[in-house]
Amino acid sequence: MFEAIKTEREYWRWDEANWANPDMNWKSGEVISAGVDVGSVSSQAVIMVDGELYGYANTRTGYNSPESARTAMNWALEASDGMKLENIHFKVGTGYGRVKVPFADKSITEIACHARGANYMYGPTVRTVMDMGGQDLKAIRCDDRGKVLNFLMNEKCAAGTGRGIEVIADLLEVPIQEVGRRSLEVDEDPQPVSSTCVLFAKSEMMSLLKKGYSVNQALAAYCAAMAYRVYTQINEVGVVEDFVITGGIAKNTGIVRRLEKLLGIESLKTGVDCQLAGAIGAALFGKVLYEKSHKK
Amino acid sequence: MVTAGMDVGARTVKIVILRDQRIVGKGVATAGLEADRAAEKAWEEALKEAGISKADISKVFATGSRRGEVGGFDDEVSEVVADGRAINKVNPEIRTVLDVGAEEGRAIKINSEGRVLEFAVNDKCAAGAGAFIEAMARAMQVSTEEFGALSLQSVKTIPINAQCVIFAESEVVSLVHEETDRADICKAIDDAISDRLTSMARRVQVQPGVALVGGAARGVGLQRSLTTGLQLDELFVPDDPEFVGAYGAAVIAAET
Repeated sequence: MFEAIKTEREYWRWDEANWANPDMNWKSGEVISAGVDVGSVSSQAVIMVDGELYGYANTRTGYNSPESARTAMNWALEASDGMKLENIHFKVGTGYGRVKVPFADKSITEIACHARGANYMYGPTVRTVMDMGGQDLKAIRCDDRGKVLNFLMNEKCAAGTGRGIEVIADLLEVPIQEVGRRSLEVDEDPQPVSSTCVLFAKSEMMSLLKKGYSVNQALAAYCAAMAYRVYTQINEVGVVEDFVITGGIAKNTGIVRRLEKLLGIESLKTGVDCQLAGAIGAALFGKVLYEKSHKK
Repeated sequence: MVTAGMDVGARTVKIVILRDQRIVGKGVATAGLEADRAAEKAWEEALKEAGISKADISKVFATGSRRGEVGGFDDEVSEVVADGRAINKVNPEIRTVLDVGAEEGRAIKINSEGRVLEFAVNDKCAAGAGAFIEAMARAMQVSTEEFGALSLQSVKTIPINAQCVIFAESEVVSLVHEETDRADICKAIDDAISDRLTSMARRVQVQPGVALVGGAARGVGLQRSLTTGLQLDELFVPDDPEFVGAYGAAVIAAET
């Protein structure tokens, strides 16, 4: 019929990936669990063998949640050494589209999954998780076992979300992977963009360019505004160290560094893809649920 | 006496020239990044229609959020004051003016003389502004005119859950992919912006008669959604609703 407008180059398009650990033999594992996190912008499937990360896929969410869940799961299985869906003992769905994960044995809220996942990825010292996703911001306080103590969520407005950065990347024709780095390549941070609304920020950035700002300076103005927005939000739940940032925006050094500077603390880093926190948490819950249901 | 009103809005510059209370010239140009250049173009058009030169104009009053970016006026009036005065001239029965500009929505309560009693403005968020409809029309790949006509064809109610324009755009794209009827999607969008305007309007306690002005007022679908949303018998939309601010500024210039 008619399709959404396509720009010639899709600057917003971030890297999708799948992976499996070649050094692990899943066949000798006792409990194989999976977590599928269907977010508004990205979907992840994680496979864990006895509570250890075995493989994953990170893809863009399509137009319907069940399909996106299947795509992510199949892609994760593809990377594995011959694993099939029926080999997985317990599958948990989470995220915005969690109730629509067709093959899930259970669904769990993303807040619980993110805290649990961050605990696995960054270790038991994590007390504050800032999840910056495609369409929402979540500030979560948790204990040493990854249990949620308190949280705050903003899902009303694109300002401060990954979707907002995608829009800006497209506007300035800068590949989204480079936004953070380039925003730091300025001598001094300019005034942050004053518009809250992403749509208005677009006009504001156009006029900044007209005033003679370089693209990097305009990116710096946007990243600075975003860092400040996240900073005010996270202060509402209070930051207790250790502090971590998860979600796609954690990959944007321009926002991470500025946020760390505002908070005066550094966030823990991990080698695991920071977009996986929700799915990892879901898979870990899956393992526990499976063990409970099979207790003699 | 010849006076002029210039409305430098977020998206367009509008100029109205008045001679003895009557409109003799109008001009409009897209502002883009250069409001001053657009003002020149709008002036050219308006002066040509009036058949006069700028020197014949005794007073120019400016209004609009970007008036600071252009010169060539004697005094300025706020958008709400200009709207109130203008609509009172056109229809003295009006007590509530809803002005939907490109980047701002305003609800203005006025008295029988067109004086502003109270107003509410949304300039922080594009939900509830013309930019919302524009973005949606773009997502649907129809012109804003076609958009309204399509919207009127539908009687179905589909909720758009997102407040934010950026998120609403994704919702609309999903609806498109689910092969939802285009007319139904257009109505859903008009209903959504109408909801936002309605809640803003309630902040000033809507009293009849109600007028809709600004560029978005031409949207026939939005007119219907608002009439329903505000439970009105009638919604007044003046001719050339986008010129209301400029007209008000010209009227005030003549009266000052």
